[in-house]
Amino acid sequence: MTPDQLIALSILSPAIGALAIAVIGRNDDGGHTPRDIMTIVATLFTFGFVVQLVGPVMAGDRPELSLFEILPGLAIAFKVEPLGMLFALVASGLWIPTSIYSFGYMRGHHEHHQTRFFVCFAIAIFAALGIAFARNLLTLFLFYELLTFSTYPLVTHAGSEKAVKAGRSYLGILVFTSVSFLLLAIVWTWQTTGTLEFRPGGIVDGHLEGTPVFLLLALFVFGTGKAALMPFHRWLPAAMVAPTPVSALLHAVAVVKAGVFTILKVIVYVFGIDFLTDGNYALWLCYAAGFTLISASLVALTKDNLKARLAYSTISQLSYIVLGAALATKTSVLGGGMHIVMHAMGKITLFFCAGAIMVASHKTEISDMKGIGRQMPFTMFAFFIASLSIIGLPPLGGAWSKWYLVLGALEAGQLVMVGVLVVSSLLNIAYLLPIVVNAFFYPAAEVQIGDGIKEAPIACVASLLVTASGCLILFLYPGFFLDLAQMIGEF
Amino acid sequence: MIEQLPALQVVLPLFSALLCLLIRNKTASRLFAVAVSWGCLAIALILLQTVQESGIISYHLGGWFPPLGIEYRIDLLNAYVLIIVAMISAVVLPFGFGHWGLSIPEGREYLFYCAFLLCISGLLGITITGDVFNVFVFLEITSLSSYALIAMGRSRRALRAAFTYLVMGTVGGTFILIGIGMMYLETGTLNMVDIANRLPLAYGSRTVLVAFAFLTVGVGIKLAVFPLHHWLPNAYCYAPAAVSAFLAATATKVSYYVLVRVIFTLFGAAYIFETLRFHVLLIPLSLLAMFVGSAVAIYQTNIKRLLAYSSIAQIGYMTLGLSFASINGLTGGLVHLFNHALMKGGLFLVAASVMHSIASNEIDDMRGLGRKMPFTMAAFVLGGLSLIGVPGTVGFISKWYLIVAALEKGWYPIAVLILLSSFLAVIYVWRAVEIFFFREPDAETVIKEAPLSMLIPTWILIGGTLFFGLQTGWTAGVASSVADSLLGGLP
Repeated sequence: MTPDQLIALSILSPAIGALAIAVIGRNDDGGHTPRDIMTIVATLFTFGFVVQLVGPVMAGDRPELSLFEILPGLAIAFKVEPLGMLFALVASGLWIPTSIYSFGYMRGHHEHHQTRFFVCFAIAIFAALGIAFARNLLTLFLFYELLTFSTYPLVTHAGSEKAVKAGRSYLGILVFTSVSFLLLAIVWTWQTTGTLEFRPGGIVDGHLEGTPVFLLLALFVFGTGKAALMPFHRWLPAAMVAPTPVSALLHAVAVVKAGVFTILKVIVYVFGIDFLTDGNYALWLCYAAGFTLISASLVALTKDNLKARLAYSTISQLSYIVLGAALATKTSVLGGGMHIVMHAMGKITLFFCAGAIMVASHKTEISDMKGIGRQMPFTMFAFFIASLSIIGLPPLGGAWSKWYLVLGALEAGQLVMVGVLVVSSLLNIAYLLPIVVNAFFYPAAEVQIGDGIKEAPIACVASLLVTASGCLILFLYPGFFLDLAQMIGEF
Repeated sequence: MIEQLPALQVVLPLFSALLCLLIRNKTASRLFAVAVSWGCLAIALILLQTVQESGIISYHLGGWFPPLGIEYRIDLLNAYVLIIVAMISAVVLPFGFGHWGLSIPEGREYLFYCAFLLCISGLLGITITGDVFNVFVFLEITSLSSYALIAMGRSRRALRAAFTYLVMGTVGGTFILIGIGMMYLETGTLNMVDIANRLPLAYGSRTVLVAFAFLTVGVGIKLAVFPLHHWLPNAYCYAPAAVSAFLAATATKVSYYVLVRVIFTLFGAAYIFETLRFHVLLIPLSLLAMFVGSAVAIYQTNIKRLLAYSSIAQIGYMTLGLSFASINGLTGGLVHLFNHALMKGGLFLVAASVMHSIASNEIDDMRGLGRKMPFTMAAFVLGGLSLIGVPGTVGFISKWYLIVAALEKGWYPIAVLILLSSFLAVIYVWRAVEIFFFREPDAETVIKEAPLSMLIPTWILIGGTLFFGLQTGWTAGVASSVADSLLGGLP
């Protein structure tokens, strides 16, 4: 197959999968095996096609696919470059364990409307891949909005008053920021530069300078509400009302990473890192990201609900990537790119664990989970591994991305940011490790949880063990992703 | 035959209306009306093709040469508006075929179709003619038939709505007539081309100024420009279901066409915008319409009234595009004619289907309809997304041109206001969507999905909003070449 066919196939697979799931799936509630098989087939096909693109990209090829022009000079077009390849691999790769996990979770939890759930999930992956491979800002924006609207039914899945309210702030913040700021930034870019194509070295250089650059950057960064930079972060904790597989793949990986991916891509291919460092345009963004990084960690400390704590942790971790972009050095961007992968692997495991606990013991509050390690040793062990990866300790994957981020901060001469990264790691320890410690070492006499092992369904446990070992493997063999991330900027 | 098509475009529906009176049988008269509307669409398509191939068509009615005789003059703009009117009537007339619901009074069906065809011929006549007095005549045919159509609404309040419209419409019609008379006084001709040639000689005169004032206010009433919109919400709300869809999608569009003709063809953009600085008045009014219309729509409890207020806001977008007096702005306004006809027509057809199923258009009575009528309600969601201006729908295309136009003039606050107003659309659309999909329906009532004869027309229009949201070659292409030729000298 030629690379341009591969692009089409990898983007279309989840879309066709969604259709097939809708046709096959029964409308009533409960599990349905043929539908689940269809889902797995779709995930495997998608990942299979995406993986085949890796070879050409590593070899320096940049496969392209241009569909049609929406407006004169503005086409729906795709082009695979290293950063997009990275994001596409993460989103489509983690879709497989998430689907398997979902089968166990949705059945174990007796969720209703399961067909709608899997259909919307597949559409969301379709949108994420469209974002990953977008060749210009317009294509990216089209899929960005599709991702917002396709995940809305997932967030409001429960249909309860609380879910509808959460859906309101989800849609409200994401649509408000994207329509008011991001779209304005895109039209403005088009207006001044006459193009929306991503190009190495950026397209803004030579067209704008001084205050307008600050303004344009701010519009882009705050317009990308999915990156959850404060003060537009509230939608993410709200979205935690969704079933846990959604929180795991979409609100720790696909949706939020689509946000930081957009920021990285805009900084590298629209502004260009040299242009930003020459004019010192992104310094304020370092501080904005640093602020979100620290304060979200502090908020996470105060949360007793496990998913809420993880959500604030995600907000904080996303700002690592924004910081990597804002430092605008080759190394920091590399660190940001790596953190997309590393954080995805760690955070998805943590959410899988949270969901497993919910299914097996119906507990959502951290204070109720004392001693739960006796009941769910595998789950809590995976939780421990993933926590270490998020904190950034070797021998786990998270160590690499933090290493490069710190190096990047030093390279840029931003010692304050080095300090921020160190403090944040300490905060990570403070809000993640006590959960593990209490789960395993709480005095047996005071534990209210029964003895004996009572884990979540095997589909759940298997997936979370796979992703936890992924954290370890990523430490031992980061080479592939490093090579890919090193090429960011070569369009 | 082919050379007589311009006359047939008007004469066919006009005489068919009379024939409808003779048929009297309700099914036969309906079949006949549908056939005529399809014939009109065919003629409009051929006319468009002819114009695109061989330029302006000038048809001399009765063989009398202009300026003495009446000239039908079809350029790309007329042909474009003819298509909109013919297309919407061809889709709306067959809507609900085989079902005689609550919308048309029993025993008077043939009168309904007679008035409907008269209205079509009036709208087509206004569009096609090149003679200003002829515009007035057809305007009155349209108005009188639409008063009758609105008054046929089921509720007694329809009578009052029709009466208000009658009073306002008559004032508007009279103003237009006075304006025409004054132009005749100054130029001694009624032919548009002649007027356009002779008016510049009289630019200094106060009569021309007053003529312009009378014409714009008169057309403004018909177009429901804020604050002359008072008649519109009630008229759309209480009219029979199909009539709301038809009028909302065509009547205001044709009035907009008249405004464009008056400003750009008769008086000339340079005089209106550079000497009179008309945009100083029109821009604030357009912005007010966008915000007041959307804000009031948020508080509506009736779905048709909500859509009507949204129309007032959308008319604001169109007049805003016109008042930029630039290629991009006018393109945005003109393309929104077509786009808004598609989405508002589709949305009013959704309201009509709901009326058929539950005999109510109160939003509260539509609780949980998303589950009972999934296809109809999905059409509402897509139409709503288009009102918001989500990329991939036609609403986005119009908005894109408007924002580009605002930015190229350097009017940044207006660009921001356009975007903010689309966020208001999110609120009024999503408030309804939440009720349709998340509230529990009344358990005891049995509600069925709308019949195919309603679903197909609805989805033709809604499908159009998606198709023309991605394939804009025809719509934006025609609109921009029209804008190009209308602006002539201006940048």
